[in-house]
Amino acid sequence: MTPPVSLPTTALIPLLNAPVELLSRLVGLWSDGLGWVGDRLGIAMLEYVFMHHAFLVGALIAVMAPLIGTFLVHRQLALIGDALAHTAFAGVAVGLFVNSLLGTGISPYVTAIVVAVIAALAIELIAETTDAYNDVSMAIVLSTGFALGAVLISLNTGGLAVGINQYLFGNLSTVSRENAVLLVVLFAIVSLVVTITYKQLLYVTFDETAARVAGIDVPWYNRLMTTLTALVVVGAMQIMGVILVAAMLVVPVAAAAQLARGFREALLASVVLAQIAVVAGITLSFNYNTTAGGTIVLVAVGVYIAAVLAGKVQSRRAGDEVPERADDAEKPTSD
Amino acid sequence: MSGESPLVDVRGLTFGYAATPVIEDVDLRVDRGEYVGIVGPNGSGKSTLLRLVLGLHEPDAGSAELLGHPARAFAERERVGYVAQDVTEDEKRMPITVSEVVLMGRFPHAGFGRVTEADRDRARDALETVGIGHLADRKITALSGGQRQRAYIARALAGEAELLVLDEPTVGVDAESVDAFFDLLDGLVADGLTVLLVEHDIGAVIEHASRVVCLNREVYFDGDPAAFAESDALDRAYGTNVRREEGGIVT
Repeated sequence: MTPPVSLPTTALIPLLNAPVELLSRLVGLWSDGLGWVGDRLGIAMLEYVFMHHAFLVGALIAVMAPLIGTFLVHRQLALIGDALAHTAFAGVAVGLFVNSLLGTGISPYVTAIVVAVIAALAIELIAETTDAYNDVSMAIVLSTGFALGAVLISLNTGGLAVGINQYLFGNLSTVSRENAVLLVVLFAIVSLVVTITYKQLLYVTFDETAARVAGIDVPWYNRLMTTLTALVVVGAMQIMGVILVAAMLVVPVAAAAQLARGFREALLASVVLAQIAVVAGITLSFNYNTTAGGTIVLVAVGVYIAAVLAGKVQSRRAGDEVPERADDAEKPTSD
Repeated sequence: MSGESPLVDVRGLTFGYAATPVIEDVDLRVDRGEYVGIVGPNGSGKSTLLRLVLGLHEPDAGSAELLGHPARAFAERERVGYVAQDVTEDEKRMPITVSEVVLMGRFPHAGFGRVTEADRDRARDALETVGIGHLADRKITALSGGQRQRAYIARALAGEAELLVLDEPTVGVDAESVDAFFDLLDGLVADGLTVLLVEHDIGAVIEHASRVVCLNREVYFDGDPAAFAESDALDRAYGTNVRREEGGIVT
């Protein structure tokens, strides 16, 4: 297996040393805890520290991805995750390229975040100037990102192309403690921002024009949403891989939409379903030696199909709840 | 009404999406307590005028003020409620309940803070006022068109809007529900709400509104509904598309 490529992001900013050190200890504690549980219950896969990290990272992804995905899917922007994942791949390539050229030790995930965020803002700029989200411009961003990544990697001499599979398809065994810390930081940023701006994001998602009339700065929240998507995509990329990462933004959300009535309910359900997919997927992936991203997505799709069936049963049982005619609402109490 | 500043104050407004103006030199003033219906043929710019009043477009010439602020400043928007043509049915399959939608009316008040129990109470009251309290936990997409429009009015009421702006709210709503819808508006106006309405149903506007504005790029008529029905403004604005029949006016 390829050794973890990333180096501590702290090399960039010495000021962040203390909090990162603290987070690193917390990740260590989580690892000790899982190891102890595995020991007690005789779960073989919990003997490995990389599996502790994988489960931690997976659980965090399974909160972040549906959280952001719920807003994206219901604005019919599911494709943005895919476009950003492919530009994040270019970011990885930039990181590897710069490292091999200058001998620096920047984590490719850090350059991936930078490039993906820039791409996110570029997509928003295109959408704002052309007055619409455009699947053509999205497809152009997607392929440009991937092409740039491919070219930069092929330019690289020194066998780096060998390690590229882990970025394309994801890899459990490369999740280092530093990666886990980076994920915890991304998770904290994403959940904090969504908690604070939940109402605005919901309003914009439900009805953009009404949100504007209500005085909400819609372009600003669109930029925020896309930037958060970039962060989630890069965070999830390590396990899921570039090609499949967008599935985590979409599949659990689509499953939850089959079951939930309300938005908050849908958010919660999508997180629960994503957790099931991630935990089952990682476990299966370890036991059968299959690629993690693919296994997780297959489980998620299985969950989606089950949700569709359950939703059908649910709506058949609630057959008496079909829309009532308007006469139902004819007694306003205002007069 | 004297002395008090108008809720809507549009002066010399001209706007076009391309070179030809859709709206030309329009003046419109709406005072507190009025019930103004804007009518006009398709493509007459009535919805565009509404969008300009709401600050959604930058005027090419003239000015649009809402609540005493330039419309583009989006100030004090918790005082404005907005109900558009209902597009929910086809375009949105989003899981969201009626009460979640109505609660959005409280969002401009809450800002980045938490939604309180008082906010929820207000949303519940608003739902009762429009007569669909019993549908609070339904999915919004499970409602009929008329019920959904009531939910959007409830959202505006929950936000304590003083001015309700409606853009063709009865499109796609069945006839009986349209009558009930206008009865509801009448009640709200009687309670002190100011209403600015764009509506294709001229008969309904003449029957319910306290003032009619007839628009076809320019203002053809602005005044009393009865006078409007008597005037030739309709024929001039609509050209030959109007027939007067015993039951009312058909376009």
